[in-house]
Amino acid sequence: MRGYLARKTLVYGLTFVVAVTLNWLIPRLMPGDPVQRMVARAAVQHPETIASMAAYYERTFGLDLPIWQQYLNYWAALFRGDLGTSVWLFPTPVSQVVLEAVPYTLGIMIPAIVLSFVVGNTVGAMAARSRWLDNVALPVGYLVTAMPYMWLAILLAWGLGVALGWFPVAGGYDFGLVPQWSWTFVADLLHHWVLPFLSLFLVSLGGWAIGMRNLIIYELESDYSNYLSALGAPRRLVRRYAFRNAMLPQITGLALQLGTVLGGALVTEIVFGYPGLGKLVLSAIQNQDFFLLQGTLLFVVIGVLVANFVIDIVYVLVDPRTRTGLTGATA
Amino acid sequence: MALSVTDLRVWYRTLKGDVKALDGVTFDVADGEIMGIAGESGCGKTTLGKALIRLDTRMRHEGGTVALDGEKLPIADDAAMRRYRYREVSLIPQYAMSAMNPTRKIGKMIRDLLAAHGVRYAEVLPELERRLGLVGLDAEVLKRYPIELSGGMKQRVVLVLSTLLNPSLLIGDEVTSALDVSSQKAVARALVEFRDHGFVRSMIVITHDISVLFQVADTILVMYAGHLAEKAPARTIIDAPLHPYTKMLIGALPQVGDRYDEQRLSGIEGRPPSLLDPPTGCRFRDRCPLAHDRCAEAPPFREVAEGHQVACWAVS
Repeated sequence: MRGYLARKTLVYGLTFVVAVTLNWLIPRLMPGDPVQRMVARAAVQHPETIASMAAYYERTFGLDLPIWQQYLNYWAALFRGDLGTSVWLFPTPVSQVVLEAVPYTLGIMIPAIVLSFVVGNTVGAMAARSRWLDNVALPVGYLVTAMPYMWLAILLAWGLGVALGWFPVAGGYDFGLVPQWSWTFVADLLHHWVLPFLSLFLVSLGGWAIGMRNLIIYELESDYSNYLSALGAPRRLVRRYAFRNAMLPQITGLALQLGTVLGGALVTEIVFGYPGLGKLVLSAIQNQDFFLLQGTLLFVVIGVLVANFVIDIVYVLVDPRTRTGLTGATA
Repeated sequence: MALSVTDLRVWYRTLKGDVKALDGVTFDVADGEIMGIAGESGCGKTTLGKALIRLDTRMRHEGGTVALDGEKLPIADDAAMRRYRYREVSLIPQYAMSAMNPTRKIGKMIRDLLAAHGVRYAEVLPELERRLGLVGLDAEVLKRYPIELSGGMKQRVVLVLSTLLNPSLLIGDEVTSALDVSSQKAVARALVEFRDHGFVRSMIVITHDISVLFQVADTILVMYAGHLAEKAPARTIIDAPLHPYTKMLIGALPQVGDRYDEQRLSGIEGRPPSLLDPPTGCRFRDRCPLAHDRCAEAPPFREVAEGHQVACWAVS
C-alpha cells in the first residue's frame, strides 16, 4: 500500500508540473498584448507617457524579463501563494478574485456530482429489476445524457426561468442585494443556485443510471450470482453482491467524468451568468488577462487532480483485486 | 430410493420454437449411489442437472416429476424450490473458477449464505475447517479472496461449500473438466470420500469425459439427444455395453497399451439430430449400424439385467 501511494503521488506530482507549465505557456501563446491593452485603457496620447507606462506595467507583471526567468519566477511565486495581479481587475490580486469565485463553482458542482451519482446509481439498480421503470428510465436517460450541458441549460433557463418565471436566469444573487449572512440573502442565493445545479445534475444523471442498469444486469447473469441462487440464496443477497460489484466500474467512471463535469460547470456558469470559475475564465480571455486565466485554470487543475487522487485511494479500499495486485498474490 | 425421476421433460424456449433438450427421461438413483451421466455436447445432460436444482429463465418444465426421498420437488416453482436447495439438493457448478464473489472474502461469503439459510456460521465453522482439511486446504483460505487461490483450490473450496449442509443429492456438472489431470484425480477422489463420509447421500456427476466417470461413478447413465440410451454399473458400461451408441462412444476412447499409429481411433459418423424438431422413434437411428424398420418407433428404456437398462430394439 505504501509503495502504491508513493507511486501515485509521483505520477500526480509529475502531472501537476506538466499542467502548471502548460497553464503558464498557453496564455503567452494567445494573440494580443495585455500591456498594450492596459495602456490603451488609460487613453493617453503622449508617446513618452505611453512608453513609460508600458515599461512600468511590464516591470510590475515581470514581463520584461527573459522568458525562462518568467517561468522560474512563476513557480517561485506559486509556492508563496502569489498568483500575480489581475490585469482586468487591476490591482486586485488574482488569488483573491479566484477565491471569491471558487465557492460558487464548488457549490453547484459538488452537489450535482454527488447527487447525480447517488440518484443515478439507485435508479439504474432499480431499473435493472423492474420492467416498467426500465422502459421509462432507459429512454429518458439516453435523451438526457446525450444533451450538451449548455443546451440543457438554455432549455431550463427558457422553460423554468423565462416562460414559467419560477427561477431567475442570471447571476449568483440579486443585483440589488449586498452579500451578507442574512436569511434574505441566503434564500436568494439558493434561488439563483437551482437552475445551474439542475442542468449539471440532469445531464450527469442519465449516464449513471444507464451504466448502473447495464452493469447490474451483467452482474446478475454472472457465475457467482448463478451459483448463489442455485444454493438457495435469497434474491436480496444476490442483488447486494451484484450492486457492490457493479459500483466498482462506476467509481472509475466518476474519476473519468470529473474533468467533463467541470468543463460542463464552466459552460453552464457562462449560460447563467453565474459568478464562478467558468465566468472568470471567460472574462479573463475576453480581457486578455494572463494572470487571471492562469490562476483560474490552476485551481481547476488542482481540483481535478485532488479529486482523482481521492478516487484512486477509494478504489483500492473497495476492490480487493487491486489490493492483491499491489502486494503480490500469495496463491 | 433417494432420487426418482419420472418422464421428465424440460424444453428451452427459443425464437425458432421449443428445443426439446430433455424429452421424457425416467431413472432412479439409489441411496449412496454415485451416478455418472455421459453423452456428447447437446445431449441434455446439463439440462437434466439444472432441472433438478434450478431452471434458468429460458427453461420450461413441460411435464414429469422429480421425487427426492419420497418428497416431490416443485422444480418449476423457483420460490418453492428455494427451501430444498443447498439443504436437500446442492450443486457443484461447471464454473467453479468464477463461482465465488470476487470482492468478498470466502469466509464472509459463506457466512452470508449460511445466514440466509438460518444457520449460524460459528456453529458450522469447526466442521467447515475439518472438511477443508480433508481436501487438503488450510482454514486460512476463509480469510482470502477467491482471486488468491489457484484453480484447483477454488474447485475444492466449492466442493466443501456445496456439501456443507449435508445435502441428500449433489449434482456435479463437469466438475473436473477445467482441471489438469492431477487436480482431476484429487477432486474425483474427494467426491468419493465425501460420499463415503456421508456428507452427501447420493451424487450425480455429469461429464463428457467417460474416463473420469470410471474413477468416480458406481453407475453410468448414457444420454443421447434428450433421451436415455443406457444405464448400468460403470464396469458393465465399459466392458459390456449393449446400446450401439454406448458401444461406439466407448470405442472412441483410446485404450492403454494400444498403439494408434497403426490403427485409427474410430469416431461416430454423423451428428446428433436437431432437438428443435427431433425425429420420431429412436433418435440414434440415423447413425446406428443396427437400425431397422422397428426403430421408427421409440424403444422403451427396459431392464435387461439386474441394474442394467437399455433403450434399443436390437438388444431387448
